[in-house]
Amino acid sequence: MSGPMVAARALTKRFGAFVAVDGVDFEIEPGEAFGFLGPNGAGKTSTMRMIGCVSPRTAGELHVLGLDPAHDGPDIRARLGVVPQEDNLDTELTVWDNLMIYGRYFDLPRAEIRERAAELLEFVNLSDRRDSRVDPLSGGMKRRLTIARSLLNRPELLLLDEPTTGLDPQARHLLWDRLYQLKRSGVTLVLTTHYMDEAEQLCDRLVIMDNARIVAEGSPRRLIADNVTREVVEVRLPIEADLDFEAARLKRFGDRIEPLADRVLLYTDDGDATAAAIMSEGFEAGSVLVRRASLEDVFLILTGRSLED
Amino acid sequence: MSTPPVLRIVEREALVFARLWRGIAFSTFVAPALFLGAIGVGLGGLVKAHTGAVDGLTYLDFVAPGLLVASAMQLAASESLWPVLGGVKWMRQFHGVVATPISPGQLYGGFVLWTALRSMLGAAAFLLVAALLGAVPSAWGVLAIPAAGLCSAAFCALLAAYSIKLDSDLSFPMIMRLGVLPLFLFSGTFFPVSQLPSGLRPLALFSPLWHGVELARDATTGTFDVAPVLAHIAVLVACIAVGASFGVRRFSRRLSP
Repeated sequence: MSGPMVAARALTKRFGAFVAVDGVDFEIEPGEAFGFLGPNGAGKTSTMRMIGCVSPRTAGELHVLGLDPAHDGPDIRARLGVVPQEDNLDTELTVWDNLMIYGRYFDLPRAEIRERAAELLEFVNLSDRRDSRVDPLSGGMKRRLTIARSLLNRPELLLLDEPTTGLDPQARHLLWDRLYQLKRSGVTLVLTTHYMDEAEQLCDRLVIMDNARIVAEGSPRRLIADNVTREVVEVRLPIEADLDFEAARLKRFGDRIEPLADRVLLYTDDGDATAAAIMSEGFEAGSVLVRRASLEDVFLILTGRSLED
Repeated sequence: MSTPPVLRIVEREALVFARLWRGIAFSTFVAPALFLGAIGVGLGGLVKAHTGAVDGLTYLDFVAPGLLVASAMQLAASESLWPVLGGVKWMRQFHGVVATPISPGQLYGGFVLWTALRSMLGAAAFLLVAALLGAVPSAWGVLAIPAAGLCSAAFCALLAAYSIKLDSDLSFPMIMRLGVLPLFLFSGTFFPVSQLPSGLRPLALFSPLWHGVELARDATTGTFDVAPVLAHIAVLVACIAVGASFGVRRFSRRLSP
């Protein structure tokens, strides 16, 4: 296919008076890993559901795989893989039966499903659990099974809605590793996340969403370079500290400061120099930390709020 | 060759059934047989001693088709309440289905079709036990199986359409107690509706179960007129049509909002 995998113009979703997605534009190119980053309620999932053809758009234009979801929903869905935010596996059935049944929803021949299911269980490290029921599996295993399930129809486009939310770090890394492999094999990935590190790890390009709109777009590196200084100094304050007073004291050390609940962030191009200056002002060394600027900072600067709010 | 989406849903349900049949066997096969023994043979003996025939039938012959269809209704009702809400809200597997080429309406259609088929499976087992007890005088009796399927589909079409948009199961026990149970007792299942006070008798016309029971009784006894049979079928088909017109829309609104 020559055009973009997904193209949206002024895409809008309303539920009654509530505006979930407010006129967003984006294009997703073949082979890229594209992210929707934003806090809960920003409109990421609503956008994903429109792309997945399980939620009709209210207004605007949307093309997925060159087709219009309003008319070609089943044809598009036949070529998508979907990993939903909440697991919806058949918990009454075994791992293997889950794959067999799901493959049949796509009307794949049984012999072909068996062959792919065996490969995919290998791919997600679940071969030894094929006859186990789904219920007792860990959260990470269920996610991996859901990913295997989403790949049964060899999708051109894989939609992942918060793929690692609720997983422990080890399970997340295993999942990321598999998503990398998929990307390398040419599958276009679209994911939503409210984890900065996930977006930085996986996405070639992303949009930041807030209050139903897209507030920035670009590669993680570009977004940081365009919106934030190179480094950030975090000054952790004792509980009894007067935040406003301390922020005022720190103001002159950074290009820009962001006071948070328990600490103040100073944006600067030379973190070490800034940290040294602050410590000479009497701040304790243990409470001052220098780090590289991240997408978290981009979000904070663009929206004035932190992502975990 | 492609399989219609509705039948792919039936495949899923059949697989779950095949995996879990031991747990389901009791309610599907054994419980109705116990009912037939206790009410048909036990209570039927008393009825015979005191009143003789019921509508020209032995009590066992009278009550067997009633119980057969009533158990189909009960199965349809319980399958269309908790499992439907579970599919959309608790286990959420319906959301997985509609992410594939299968549409919410097709999911609904497959669900109703499967419930009817499963009821027919139960009805077949029931009929076998009844025949062994001598409660099926006519070979037409096999048609009691599709009668049970039709009645089951009518209940499932209506109730699944209702359940899909709920957020909790608070109303379900009420539906079972105030809806399904009275229908079970008063739809010509255990005694002819002519025994009802004359003012209440016309209410039977509104009970899909009564139409199903009458059909099954016509079949097992082998004595029927064509016109009422067609009327009973028409009522049950109308219930399915009304249910479907709501069901397809409500499944779509809930699963693809």
